[in-house]
Amino acid sequence: MTDSTISSSLSRRRLLTLGASLAAGSALAACGGGKSAGEAAKGASAPQSTFSGTYDGPQVELSYWNGFTGGDGPFMKQMVGEFMKDNPKIAVKTNTVEWAQYYQRVPAAVQAGKGPDVGAMHLDQLATNAARNVIVPIDDLSTSLGLSAGDFTPEVWQAGTYKDKRYGIPLDVHSLAMYYNTDEFERAGVTAAPKTDAELQDALGTLTSASIPNPFWMPNRWPAHLMFLSLLWQNGGEPYAKDGTKATFDSDAGVKALSWMVDVVNKGFSPKNVAVDSQYVAFKNKKLAVTWDGIWQINDLKAAKLPFALAPLPNIGGTQAAWANSHNFYITKQATADDNKLNAAKTFIDWMSKHSAEWAGAGMVPARKSVRETAKVQDTTQAPIAAQISSLRFLPPVPGLGDVQAQTLEIAVADAVLGKKQPAAALKDAATQATKLMEANNKKFGA
Amino acid sequence: MSTSEAARRTGVVAGPARSQATGTAAPARRRGGGGLAPWLFLAPYLVLFLSFVVAPIVYGLWISLHDYDYTLPGKPFVGFDNYVKLVDPSSTTFSNFWAAMRATGIFTLFSVPLLLVLPLLVALVMNGRFRGRNLFRALYFAPYVLGVAVVAVIWRFLLDANIGIVNQYLGDLGLPEAIPWLTSTPQAWVALVGVTVWWTLGFNAVIYLAGLQEISAELYEAARVDGANRWQSFWNVTFPGLRPVVSFVTMVTIIASANMFGQSYLMTRGGPGVETRTAIGFIAETGLTSYQMGDAAAMSYVLTVVLMLLSVMVFRAFREKEA
Repeated sequence: MTDSTISSSLSRRRLLTLGASLAAGSALAACGGGKSAGEAAKGASAPQSTFSGTYDGPQVELSYWNGFTGGDGPFMKQMVGEFMKDNPKIAVKTNTVEWAQYYQRVPAAVQAGKGPDVGAMHLDQLATNAARNVIVPIDDLSTSLGLSAGDFTPEVWQAGTYKDKRYGIPLDVHSLAMYYNTDEFERAGVTAAPKTDAELQDALGTLTSASIPNPFWMPNRWPAHLMFLSLLWQNGGEPYAKDGTKATFDSDAGVKALSWMVDVVNKGFSPKNVAVDSQYVAFKNKKLAVTWDGIWQINDLKAAKLPFALAPLPNIGGTQAAWANSHNFYITKQATADDNKLNAAKTFIDWMSKHSAEWAGAGMVPARKSVRETAKVQDTTQAPIAAQISSLRFLPPVPGLGDVQAQTLEIAVADAVLGKKQPAAALKDAATQATKLMEANNKKFGA
Repeated sequence: MSTSEAARRTGVVAGPARSQATGTAAPARRRGGGGLAPWLFLAPYLVLFLSFVVAPIVYGLWISLHDYDYTLPGKPFVGFDNYVKLVDPSSTTFSNFWAAMRATGIFTLFSVPLLLVLPLLVALVMNGRFRGRNLFRALYFAPYVLGVAVVAVIWRFLLDANIGIVNQYLGDLGLPEAIPWLTSTPQAWVALVGVTVWWTLGFNAVIYLAGLQEISAELYEAARVDGANRWQSFWNVTFPGLRPVVSFVTMVTIIASANMFGQSYLMTRGGPGVETRTAIGFIAETGLTSYQMGDAAAMSYVLTVVLMLLSVMVFRAFREKEA
């Protein structure tokens, strides 16, 4: 009798303890994991192994993540296949995630030790992920590869560093460009791609009177902020202080840039209220003649059998400039735990960088000068952009900047294009908010 | 561990069997077993409840008291700063958060009444006897089967101001043809509420329908005998009979509407500006894109408290009517 009461009360207590310890355990595991990962990153901030150029260790599996989900995907797949043929000891397991989710997943996955060993990410994300200890410096790799600013354009090369350490090896450069429908241009009698503001306005006027009532649709979201940044640089402005202390996109240059965009709507060249992606869908369906978009759309437009050509953005503001970004290879702190993986990852980046001419097929401009000057690249649709590579501009390597921009600059551009706010007022409010967020980030990342 | 587990198992499984055999020990054993058995029956759910509901709630509260970025080694304790920021107009989150709460409020205010009344009308019609009844029932329920992504993407293109078919047809009918359904308020709210009603109407209608079928036919007969007309029999028989169902549907619909995220995220991207970005949308952005988990957790708690108060009010309203 007593025996059974004791046993049951014991088990009840045990059960409760079990539940409590389970809950506590999960909480502990969660914070413990975060802490240890942070410490691990500190230990790993300078990979010890030196890279010899080839991989001669045992069979190794390399986890490789990228966001090439569009027309660029098949080219990357093919390059990875060729790499494995050349390096039979390295099995590359590719995971392709849409860029929009990629930057949320990579830090979480690396934190959990289930992320990539090596991967590709955008230049403007390197500083953020470096500050978060997701990726590690690879100065030794760039040294052993013999890579230097001379082989790239200085801007793209310098933007790959954070706190004087290199975190990315550029694969390509991709920028905003002007697409135009060659059939419509021909029918309206516009003979060449407009190169200046006056030429563009003339061409738009001619197109309007010819057959297309709204020849140039002004988006309010993507890629509207990229158009704004390009125009801001053309007007001689800078969106952010180089040291990441404040936002300066509300300068006169910024107001001029945004006013120009709003004028395209006010002059009737664009309909009002262009919804997300409508301008691109409409361009593909021959409802408009000119659109500014990224050069990565080339293959998509080719697949749509659209008669189109590509030209650099016209010089609207006085200086030739266009927003650009770059896909960079990185190595995560996860790979640094295993010397073989680290060496395999470096071998992979080395090979990819050397074979980047093939990547031109994906619509991109290879980052390496030596590759860029090969015939393979010269014959592509994007060759006119490759020729103007020195006019491409990149965002400064400031951690957390992409996110600040999404919350402030992008909203201001949308508000102005939709006619909800005056350009100057929209930019001023957004810049004030952006500066506050940047100050908070600086504190957080200890810059 | 194994011995104690064995002991626990004997306590339940073998216990009653043995008590039958020994006879005299039975009452005590039954009492002992009675204390333990409920816990064991609850155990599977309890473990899930503790680890997936209670633990995250406590952990979330802890996160909300820190400047929490899981990718950084340092997660300094900040006390109630994250909450203070939500009521301090000069902070970076204040205006965004309350704009998002306002968006959620607007959406809830306009979608809930429609989602309570329209499905009831549909259910009343579907409860009648006519040819093709099952087909119509299926038609009204069909959109609910679709995921939010499918619904939002379809309507995002149908409602496009410049290349959408809705404006195209409006134009053909001689009506205004340039309505900015997705890029301007209040039109965007009309679009979001309309799409949500179209999408989820079937679910509420099915619940109403089940409630209607529970109401005994004899009550209607009695009402008819008393000389009640259709309106009187609806008001005095149908409506009181549906009260528990209405209470449930109201609560569930309010919570679902207050948690709206997918529609505005996919159809308007929160635009114009951030006018249709809902509370959940902003919380997700703050926590998952900006990694400001502490802020996001604090906002979640504020939203939760508001929702709980609202639920209590609804609950009271229905209980008082019953009393």
